[in-house]
Amino acid sequence: MKILVCISHVPDTTSKINFTDDNSKFDTNGVQFVINPNDEFGLTRAMWFKEQQGANVTVVNVGGQETEPTLRKALAIGADAAIRVNMQATDGFSVAKQLANVVKEGGYDLVIAGRESIDYNGSMVPGMVAGLTNANFVNKCIGLTVEGSSVTALREIDGGKETVSTTLPVVIGGQKGLVEESDLRIPNMRGIMMARKKPLTVVEATETTPETTSIKFEKPAAKGAVKLVSPDNLDELINLLHNEAKVI
Amino acid sequence: MSVLVYTESEQGSFKKIALEVASYAKAVANQLGTTVTAVTINTEDTSALANYGVDKVLKVSHDQLSNFNAKGYAAVIKQAAEKEAAKVIIVSSSANSKYLAPLLAIDLNAGYVTNVIEAPESTSPFTVKRNAFTNKAFELTQINTDIKIVSISNNSFGLVENNAQATAEDFSPSIPDLTVTVESVDKATDKVSIADAEIVVSGGRGLKGPENWGMIEELADVLGAATACSKPVSDLGWRPHAEHVGQTGKPVASNLYIAIGISGAIQHLAGINASKVKVVINNDADAPFFKAADYGVVGDAFEVVPQLIEKLKAFKAQQ
Ligand SMILES: Cc1cc2nc3c(=O)[nH]c(=O)nc-3n(C[C@H](O)[C@H](O)[C@H](O)COP(=O)(O)OP(=O)(O)OC[C@H]3O[C@@H](n4cnc5c(N)ncnc54)[C@H](O)[C@@H]3O)c2cc1C
Ligand SMILES: Nc1ncnc2c1ncn2[C@@H]1O[C@H](COP(=O)(O)O)[C@@H](O)[C@H]1O
Repeated sequence: MKILVCISHVPDTTSKINFTDDNSKFDTNGVQFVINPNDEFGLTRAMWFKEQQGANVTVVNVGGQETEPTLRKALAIGADAAIRVNMQATDGFSVAKQLANVVKEGGYDLVIAGRESIDYNGSMVPGMVAGLTNANFVNKCIGLTVEGSSVTALREIDGGKETVSTTLPVVIGGQKGLVEESDLRIPNMRGIMMARKKPLTVVEATETTPETTSIKFEKPAAKGAVKLVSPDNLDELINLLHNEAKVI
Repeated sequence: MSVLVYTESEQGSFKKIALEVASYAKAVANQLGTTVTAVTINTEDTSALANYGVDKVLKVSHDQLSNFNAKGYAAVIKQAAEKEAAKVIIVSSSANSKYLAPLLAIDLNAGYVTNVIEAPESTSPFTVKRNAFTNKAFELTQINTDIKIVSISNNSFGLVENNAQATAEDFSPSIPDLTVTVESVDKATDKVSIADAEIVVSGGRGLKGPENWGMIEELADVLGAATACSKPVSDLGWRPHAEHVGQTGKPVASNLYIAIGISGAIQHLAGINASKVKVVINNDADAPFFKAADYGVVGDAFEVVPQLIEKLKAFKAQQ
């Protein structure tokens, strides 16, 4: 089985978010970048397939040269090869188009992406890749097995979960649950050394017209001070929630 | 030319988010000087939609669509959009809508924007405000394509009543081969889901252990709320993963979020910040959550919560 894991390179979850250029660009100054958490679960599940079922795992990112350390980290975790499509990712559709080219070119059976990236929160790339490559699609996937070309997946739905069956080729929108938090791997020294020798291929992007354009960013207004209510006066809390906030 | 809206139902009645997306679609239709057409799947009684500005309902009934199927539902909405020559399509942020919308976007060559929180700032160019960076920022985004798909964030627009004379007609689109099959569904029907909830009661590590969740569930019960938890609580196995909220868990955009024994780490706050009103109960006055909250009680959860339950019961009884 050939697996492609889509990796988005995102600010660490503790990052303070700031903007530059008249609030039109994300300020990367001093920001640590990591593998998107949803993709980390997918990558770890891919490693399971590699070790238990003999799969070959390629990771891919659409981005500039600055994303290469993130791809190297994925190689150190155990992926066999990496591809970077050289393009600044600006909108979900353009990214999906580049990824679809990589999928078609490489003939992958299983494409694992994340349900959502924690920076732009688009929640669209995996579905679009599935649409563009005519593959089956399972979103919010929290469990995945493959036997031959049969796929069984567990997915989260609002208020519960469901089991679905489908066939390869399939695109997964993955998240926590694909593997457990405790199964996530931190690259060890040997992995890091080996990663240096693994291929990281840079391919040029094909031209796309962005379907959406980011105009500018804005930070939420600073919050007013909290109103404290004494634990001995909870009727006051109920009163505030009922009459002031009007939420109960 | 009308604005098309996909209105979701469950067991024959519309979900609240369906009425919210209809309200939003009406606002867009007003801006564009056009009407609203809703597409519904396997819903017999569609009369509720007229109260929220829907002018026309396309009713689709099909056995093959009795379980949600992203490809099948996307195909239905696509054909409805073509029939109505719709240029703007509105969907919710439910798991189902966010599953089908990217497929629909590819099928229609439509630009697609998620997490939208307000009516369009302008319709030419078509510009909308959305949540980005897990609620740490807003982003103004322009959609450049002829057909546009907008997914709106739950509880962001609210319900707006607009009486219309909705006409309903049966619509029979063709259904493609459905290659993803639902084998079984495991859903608690007696519980409010986090995605649908107007109120969420959430517990953290301050509650010490799973045996203490009785009071959290009781508080949620009194309020008709969903229960949620912080990440360590689900990692420790005290509560199911499905209750984990935050940047790496489920997003929460409720009207009221009550955090009990949760410190307010940045990753937790990011995921729940879209909630309108936040209440914190924590025995440490320096817990960071107090800086992000609207109302707070500095006190021991084991004393405050049982009292709050009793007082709320009395309050509800009076209502
Ligand atoms: C990559 C990454 C992603 C993450 N994603 C998430 C996420 O999505 N969601 C999330 O929640 N976390 C996330 N975290 C974890 C986050 O950083 C915090 O560790 C976590 O939110 C803390 O959970 P907590 O508030 O329940 O526990 P603690 O931080 O241990 O806080 C417990 C609180 O309970 C209070 N308390 C103790 N006893 C009582 C009592 N008797 N009465 C009242 N209050 C009491 C304490 O004062 C304290 O404030 C993430 C972390 C990382 C590194
Ligand atoms: N620039 C990118 N390069 C590679 N994969 C990406 C990129 N952007 C998004 N993805 C994948 O798509 C998923 C969902 O992203 P999004 O649709 O942006 O929320 C991510 O978790 C990644 O798996």
